[in-house]
Amino acid sequence: MPYLDFLMTYSSRFIDGTLITLGQFGLAALVAIVAALISGLMKMAHSKTMRAIAIIYIEIFRGTSLLVQLYWFYFVLPLFGFTLEKFTVGFLTVGLCYGAYGAELVRGAIQSVPRGQWEAALALNMSPAKRMQRIILPQALVAILPPWGNLMIEILKGTALVALISVADLMFETRQVNNNTYLSAQAFGTALIIYYIFARFMVTPIMRWLERVMARKIGRT
Amino acid sequence: MKHDKRHDLSQYPLRLEGDNVPMVRFQNVTKRYGSLTVLDGLNLDVAEGEMVTIIGPSGSGKTTVLRMLMTLETIDSGVIYVDGEPLTHMEKNGRLVRANAAHLRLIRSKIGMCFQHFNLFPHMTALGNCIEGPMQVLGLSKQEAEERALELLDLVGMADKRDQHPSRLSGGQQQRVAIARALAMRPKVMLFDEVTSALDPEVISEVTGVIRGLVDQHNLTMLMVTHQIGFAREISDRICLFFDGKIEEQGSPEMLLDNPQNERTQQFLSAVLEAN
Amino acid sequence: MLDWKMDFTWEILPRLLLAAGNTMLAAGGGYAVAVVLGLVFALAQRTRSRTLTFIVRELVEFIRSTPLLLQIFFIFYVGPQFGLRLSPWAAGLIAIGLHYAAYLSEVYRGGIENVPKGQWEAARAINLSTVTTYRRIIIPQALPPALAGMGNYLVGIFKDTPMLSVIGVAELMHTANSIGAENFRYLEPYTIVGLIFLAISLPTAWLIRRFETALRRKMGLTR
Repeated sequence: MPYLDFLMTYSSRFIDGTLITLGQFGLAALVAIVAALISGLMKMAHSKTMRAIAIIYIEIFRGTSLLVQLYWFYFVLPLFGFTLEKFTVGFLTVGLCYGAYGAELVRGAIQSVPRGQWEAALALNMSPAKRMQRIILPQALVAILPPWGNLMIEILKGTALVALISVADLMFETRQVNNNTYLSAQAFGTALIIYYIFARFMVTPIMRWLERVMARKIGRT
Repeated sequence: MKHDKRHDLSQYPLRLEGDNVPMVRFQNVTKRYGSLTVLDGLNLDVAEGEMVTIIGPSGSGKTTVLRMLMTLETIDSGVIYVDGEPLTHMEKNGRLVRANAAHLRLIRSKIGMCFQHFNLFPHMTALGNCIEGPMQVLGLSKQEAEERALELLDLVGMADKRDQHPSRLSGGQQQRVAIARALAMRPKVMLFDEVTSALDPEVISEVTGVIRGLVDQHNLTMLMVTHQIGFAREISDRICLFFDGKIEEQGSPEMLLDNPQNERTQQFLSAVLEAN
Repeated sequence: MLDWKMDFTWEILPRLLLAAGNTMLAAGGGYAVAVVLGLVFALAQRTRSRTLTFIVRELVEFIRSTPLLLQIFFIFYVGPQFGLRLSPWAAGLIAIGLHYAAYLSEVYRGGIENVPKGQWEAARAINLSTVTTYRRIIIPQALPPALAGMGNYLVGIFKDTPMLSVIGVAELMHTANSIGAENFRYLEPYTIVGLIFLAISLPTAWLIRRFETALRRKMGLTR
């Protein structure tokens, strides 16, 4: 079957899968941002308990595999009485996993703000919360965006694993097409190209654009 | 880097001969970065054993002069001669052509350089830094190289720190090791590129003292870029003031510093004196 | 609610530990491929040929931008379509090795590019040749920071080996799946797999950090 016919025949499956992947990616990214910010800040907190909780979360998710986590959340969590939709398990797990990696980025970015900035804010008698919110975080945000761009690509790639708990994403649909047609090069090749276009021509440019906007906002161009 | 096609190399001698061959000659040397001309038709001779200091506002191209001589920068037109032989070019079938890597390495062996930020090799001790070139390039045995290095470390007053890594040395100490490292290659020309600019004021004299000793006791040809006018006055045979990629005025320290002819020289000197 | 069965745990533990051996074998093999191939990718991008640099650069970008899982499927299933049959192990090692080679090539490049420009200039000023400059000055300084990155990707490759279960490599995840399907019990096998991963990757990551610090100190790069 010529490739064009193949594409015509199965385009709807690829499109459906792509939309699900997009949804998984967007939601997982959101979960990761929230989890990274909370745990990253907690890891720098004065309270030992807060720090311990953050460290346990970070180490568990960074110390095990995303796939192990997905299976565990999908098959084992219901035994504790939590039953979640597989779609929800998918983006939640991916988000929590990469949030743990993001936590280190948050911490690094905050620490990259020069000490003089803290001192200057203190000298203006700002409250700790104000210092963080008005002075430190805006500068940290600029520092975190480049490595966060890489993390976004990792999140996108990570969402492919949700296919293994039967979320009908691009990976899942591609396998279905492959199983129906045995046209592996066409099926997997198409999916590779779609993921690549996503990463290279959507995620990366958007992150670069954000970097420029934020840098301009704090007056670094 | 493209060589100017219209640039006619036949007007330049294949080598400098005669009685008064300078140790270094810049002949009509131009250097551009894109549309910016950093050096514009520079002509400068430095005689053997002469100490020439280059001063001038930042961006006037003074560091570029040293970097071109060390072959860290290429040139766009003109020819640089060292010890009578072309550095940037070489003779081929009776004509000058652009120097190849082997020729550059050969002529470069006559030149040593110290940098503003020392650039010591951080993973080697003070002694290791000083024997690296002699062993790897000159092919000296370890023993010979160490003897030579220790002598020089002693000269710069760093023999007792021979086994320390640069991270354990102060800026002044690092710069002194860097001077020993450069001298270990037995250069005929030494280049000092703002060697005291990155130092704390209280250690500057450690380094200037070493350079002063070199001037007094050795017949080295030296080119120095510095902001320390007082030091330049003390040790230079000649001072060149650079402005916009050209030599604005040059002469003996007394002539240039005490009796500048040129209005821009006067302005620069009064600004510098005020800052001090 | 939670009924963890100890006797079941003891029953399946040997099987899982055996599978953990396979996991480490897969990680080690994949890493060996990645270390060598990554160096090829990195050096290819430092040659003077712009075309070669461009092609390798794009290839590395492509590999890094697409899911490993998909690459595993691609390599395993596309071969037979053209008459080239790869065993699950071979396909798995190639896929994982290729994927991480792309990452490692960036680590190598970063290490080399992080050496300050002044080091190249100082080497030039004492007339070292290019080869000697790389050998004596650049690589010794590029190595310690690169080793940290290399170590992190060793842990990374280890954590990605469960993906090989999808093409039938009998590593930890695959074995846990089988146990789960045979006994209709998932709590113990999946939890144990998680614990085994933690028990290996956390100390390894810690050791790598220690090793890097020790190496930097030994080379005099820090006080």
